[in-house]
Amino acid sequence: MSEAASYVRLDFLDLAIAALLVLLNGGLSVALRLGIARHLAVAALRMVVQLALVGLLLTTLFRLVSPGWTALAALIMILVAGREIMVRQERRLRGLWAYGLGTGTMLAAASLVTVFALTTQISPEPWYHPRYALPLLGMILGNTMTGISLGLQTLTTSLVRERNAVEARLMLGATRQQALEHAVREALRSALMPIVNAMAAAGIIALPGMMTGQILAGVEPAEAVKYQILVMFLIAGGTALGAIAAVLGAGLRLTDQRHRLRLDRLAPPREN
Amino acid sequence: MTLAVANLSRPGLGPLSFTLEAGECRLLRGASGAGKSLLLRALADLDPNEGEVRLDGEAREALAAPLWRRRVAYLPAETGWWAEIVGEHLADRAGAGELLAALGLPEACLDWPVSRLSSGERQRLGLIRVLLLAPRVYLLDEPTAALDAPAAAAVEALVAARLAAGAVALWVTHDDAQAARLGGRQLFMRDGRLEEPGP
Repeated sequence: MSEAASYVRLDFLDLAIAALLVLLNGGLSVALRLGIARHLAVAALRMVVQLALVGLLLTTLFRLVSPGWTALAALIMILVAGREIMVRQERRLRGLWAYGLGTGTMLAAASLVTVFALTTQISPEPWYHPRYALPLLGMILGNTMTGISLGLQTLTTSLVRERNAVEARLMLGATRQQALEHAVREALRSALMPIVNAMAAAGIIALPGMMTGQILAGVEPAEAVKYQILVMFLIAGGTALGAIAAVLGAGLRLTDQRHRLRLDRLAPPREN
Repeated sequence: MTLAVANLSRPGLGPLSFTLEAGECRLLRGASGAGKSLLLRALADLDPNEGEVRLDGEAREALAAPLWRRRVAYLPAETGWWAEIVGEHLADRAGAGELLAALGLPEACLDWPVSRLSSGERQRLGLIRVLLLAPRVYLLDEPTAALDAPAAAAVEALVAARLAAGAVALWVTHDDAQAARLGGRQLFMRDGRLEEPGP
């Protein structure tokens, strides 16, 4: 394995040297009374602890190669991401819908796309091998989460803002689909904006993280690029599927069978 | 053509019962906050509400809601606009010519951006949108509040012509002179209820 030979291992001394940069900034902050030392220290410490734990966890999961434990880890990732979608909403749906809609559509979209990629394109042995499944799910999940939360956020705020316009269409005999058409399109456009931008900028303005990581690990650039293209497609597919399901679902929930706009199904805006 | 309302209610409203006969313009009066707009919205089925509303004996549940709202059309006090250009809001641009002329609006206004409209122009164009649907019931929420006397008279004449053809109207007004001109029976509302129960 000549590729593996080009991979430079880091020891703890290397990390300690890099940490000097953070210490240096902390020192600057104290000397110039910038007030960022505490935040910086806490965040750096959190990062080290979180990543060390994840490293430990992944090591164990990779050793076990168990479908059950892998699925459990995936489920926990999805549930946490679902909470993140809910927390980011200014105007949440009332009741279980607040958590359920974003999490449910993300669960469906991200797992569908991940399993699709694992069984037909990447095909590791076994297909659920956590070394492939979990990083792949992580990348798809992170982007799908952003897409769904932007989509829901845009839909609810524009329906609240454009309430008169939407109801004007309903009053003149439009169906709920027609009345919501504009808001739905706006919501989907904003949901897909980050991935569209990422694809447009890939390679020119920014070297995507996964590809960069593979190149640092000794993979041939041409191979790393192929992987990155695959992942971009998967992310775009997962984000679009998830956002479409979530935005259409929220649109149905915020109207009813008698084609009324039901903003009473939104919880009141939260403080701050 | 009759509109029969029985035990109409929603939070803050009713229960209310009354009947409007063909050609009738019933004035809806009462202080601000008495529930007049809630009543009109409930009749157009824009908010969840209970009770029986029948048009010529046909229950509203028998019709899809969009079709019901074309027959029982609501003109709110504040009209909503969803596109940039005025003309995009009209179901039938060609048919609007006569109505525009009757209400003293230039035909060119269909190409204006909505942001250019004054409140009086919005109100008249809102009414034209409703008239173009040729509904059987007109639910009019202060349709002349932003209009001067000649324009208000033009609105009254247009609606009167529809009533003569058999439509009915429920007309909210705070203007006693207008109430006297329109004549007919009145519904008085207070705290979401009718002061004198209708027949």
